[in-house]
Amino acid sequence: MPVERLEGVRLGTTPEEVEEEVERGILLSTLDRAVGWARKQSMWPATFGLACCAIEMMSAGAGQYDLSRWGMELFRGSPRQADLMIVAGRVSQKMAPVLRRIYDQMPEPRWVISMGVCASAGGMFTNYSIVQGVDTIVPVDVYVPGCPPKPEMLMHGILMLQEKVRKAETFK
Amino acid sequence: MAAELADRMRERFSDVLVARDEVTIVVGLDDLHEVLTTLRDDPELSFDFLSSLTATDWPRQDPRFWVAYELRSMRARHRIRLKVGVSGSDPHIPSVTALFPTANWHEREVFDFYGIVFDGHPDLTRILLPDDWEGFPLRKDEELGGVNTRYHGAFIPPVDQRTTT
Amino acid sequence: MQGTPTDAPLRDPSGEIRQETMIINMGPQHPSTHGVLRLLLELDGETVITCKPIVGYLHTGIEKNTEYRTWMQGITYVTRADYLSPFFNELGYCLAVERLLGIEAPSRAQVIRVLFCELNRISSHLVWLATGGLELGAVSVMLYGFREREVLMDVFESVTGLRMNHAYIRIGGVIMDIDEDGVDKIRTFLRMMPGRIDEFESLLSENPIWVERNRGVGILSEADALSLGVTGPMLRAAGVPADLRKDMPYGGYETYDFDVPIRSEADAYARYIIRLDEMRQSMRIVEQCLERLERPGPVMVEDPKVRWPSQLEVGPDGIGNSEAYVRHIMEVSMEALIHHFKMVTQGVEVPPGEVYQAVESPRGELGFYVVSDGEHRPYRVKIRDPSFVNLQATPIMVEGSLIADAIASIASIDPVMGGVDR
Repeated sequence: MPVERLEGVRLGTTPEEVEEEVERGILLSTLDRAVGWARKQSMWPATFGLACCAIEMMSAGAGQYDLSRWGMELFRGSPRQADLMIVAGRVSQKMAPVLRRIYDQMPEPRWVISMGVCASAGGMFTNYSIVQGVDTIVPVDVYVPGCPPKPEMLMHGILMLQEKVRKAETFK
Repeated sequence: MAAELADRMRERFSDVLVARDEVTIVVGLDDLHEVLTTLRDDPELSFDFLSSLTATDWPRQDPRFWVAYELRSMRARHRIRLKVGVSGSDPHIPSVTALFPTANWHEREVFDFYGIVFDGHPDLTRILLPDDWEGFPLRKDEELGGVNTRYHGAFIPPVDQRTTT
Repeated sequence: MQGTPTDAPLRDPSGEIRQETMIINMGPQHPSTHGVLRLLLELDGETVITCKPIVGYLHTGIEKNTEYRTWMQGITYVTRADYLSPFFNELGYCLAVERLLGIEAPSRAQVIRVLFCELNRISSHLVWLATGGLELGAVSVMLYGFREREVLMDVFESVTGLRMNHAYIRIGGVIMDIDEDGVDKIRTFLRMMPGRIDEFESLLSENPIWVERNRGVGILSEADALSLGVTGPMLRAAGVPADLRKDMPYGGYETYDFDVPIRSEADAYARYIIRLDEMRQSMRIVEQCLERLERPGPVMVEDPKVRWPSQLEVGPDGIGNSEAYVRHIMEVSMEALIHHFKMVTQGVEVPPGEVYQAVESPRGELGFYVVSDGEHRPYRVKIRDPSFVNLQATPIMVEGSLIADAIASIASIDPVMGGVDR
C-alpha cells in the first residue's frame, strides 16, 4: 500500500537517521530542562518599585513572605545584572521613557512581571498622567492584579512565571 | 476663636469672611505683598509659616482663578486664609518666594497645573508634569484623560472607548 | 563624564592638575533614593556642590481625578497619595468634608480613628527605619522592621480587610466596627512592641557606624526649617515644639495624654531618636484608645443623607453587607433599596464652601484644602503633602557634604514619593 508523504515533514528513512534524530531530541530537551531549571531557580529581580505595590514587594522579600525560598532574595540595583523586572506601581507619563530604558538595559533572557492593576491596566487612575498598562511599553509575561496584591499573590505570579521559564524551549 | 481673629482683621482689612470656624481675607493683586508682610511681621498675629498655596478654577466667574494662601502661626496657634483673584486671560500674580521661601515649589505646582505665571519667581518651570507637556491639566476645560491628552503623539481615548486589546 | 576632552593638557598653565566638576544623575531608578526621586548632583570628587531634586515621576493626577468622582469615592483616591500613611490621608479628607457638612463623627468612631492613625504612625516609622537602614547598609534592620510591620498589617487586615490603602475611615465615621479579635491582636502587639523597639535601640543607637553616619549629617537649622515650610520630625529635631496634635487638635486628640519628643541637634541622628520616641508615644495613645473602646456605641453618623447606607459584617466569603440588611432592601422595603442605590451611586451632597484641615502625619503637616460648590462631587481637593514641602530642604542639607551623607540626609527626611507627586 503506498504511503503518502506529507509536505514539509522530515521522516527519517534509514535507521541511522532515525537514531540521530531521537538522540538530538533527547539531548536538546534535556538541555532545555536543565537550562530552564537553572534560570527559574535563581532569577534576580531588578528594583523597579514605584508606589504602594513596591512596599508589598518589599514585604514579599522580607522575613515573613520570603522570596529567597525561590532564589530571589538578591534585588539587584543595576538592571545589567538582573533578569526579571517587577514593575510594581503606577507608571506615569514622565516615568515611561525611564522604564523602557531600564528594560533595554537588561540583558537577554529577561522577563517582566506587571504587579498591581496600575501597572497592568492603569488601575483606578484613568487619567492624563498614568500609562494605561505597561504592556504598551514593555512586553509583559505575567500580570498580577490587586491594589495592592498581597505578597502571596505576587508569589503566585512569580511561581507562574517560573513555570513558564522552566518549560521554555530555547534550544529545540 | 475665629470670631476674635476676624474682628482684629476687620480693623485693617475690608473683605474678611468667617465660615466654618475659619477666617478668610480677600485682597487684590497689588496689595498682596503688603498684606503678607503685615501678617508676618506683626508681633501679635505672627503668621510666619506658609502652609499651602493653591489655586481653584472658576471658569464662569471673573476673575477666573482664585489663589489661596494658608498661613499658620507657630507661636499664636491660629490660621488664616488669604485669597487673591487672578484673571483668566494672561494670568499673572506676584511671587511671594522672597517673603516665604517655601512658596517656591508650591508656585511651580500651581503654574504647572493652571498656567498662572508668578512674576519674580526664581525658577518657574514645570515640576510634576514632564517638561514638554502641553496644556494645563487641572483647568476645568481640560479633559480628565480624553481627547485632548497628547504626549509625544500618544493618544489616550476617553474611558468608554478603551478596549483591552 | 563632563569636562576634560581627551586631547587637552592635563595641567593648566599654573602647573596644577585640571579638575572639573562632574554632573551626575541619581535616580529615578536607584536602590537608595526613597522611591522615584531624581537628584541632579554636581560633584567635585565625592563632595556635592549643588543638588537639584527633580520630582514628578510618580504624578498620578489624584487631584484632578477627585473632581470626577463622588465624595465617598474621593477617599479611595486620596488614600493612595501618601501610601505609607493611608489612614492619615483618609482622616484629613474626611474631617474636611465633615466640617463642610457641619457634622461630627460619633465618639466611638473618633476613638477608632485615633487608634488606627497611631498604629499607622508606628508602621510608617517602621518602614522608614527599615529602608533607612537598608540604604545605609544595615540590611538586617530591614528584616527586623518589616517583621514588626507584618504584625500591624495583620491587625489592619483583620479589621479593615486590606493591608494597605484601606478606605476604612469614611465621611461620618468608620465603615465597620472593631471586634474582639482585632482588639486582642492589638493588645498582643502592644505587649510585644516595646521589647522590639529596645532591640532596635540596642542594635543601632550606640552602634559606632550608625552614629558616625548620622551624627552631624543633614543639619537643618530652625530658621531654615521654618522658612522652607518643613514640619514633622525634621522641625522637632531642630528644637521647635510644633505638633498639630497639640497645637491645633482635631478628632479628639486633646483628650489623650502623650508627649511630643523634641531634640535640638537638628541632624539625622536626632530625627532617628525622635522617631523611635514617637513610636513609644503612639503606643501610649493606643493603650488609652483601647480603654475607651470598652464602651459600645455607633461608629457611623445617624443622618441618612450622609451615612454610608450598608451594614457590613464578616461573612463566609469576606466582608460584605449583612444578610439581614440585604433581605431588608431586597424583599422588605423598596424605599430602602432606592435610598441605598442613591447613596452608593450619587453619594452625599455637600453644601458649598471651602475648608482647610490639617493633620499631623508621620512626616509633618498633611493638609487638605477642599472646595465644594454644592454638588455630589468635590470641586477641588488639594493635598498639602509634607514630603513635597520637606524635599525643598534637600539642597540646603546636602550641599557641601559627601554623597554618602546625601543618602543619609534624604533617608532622614523620610519622603514618600506618592505624596510628593500625587
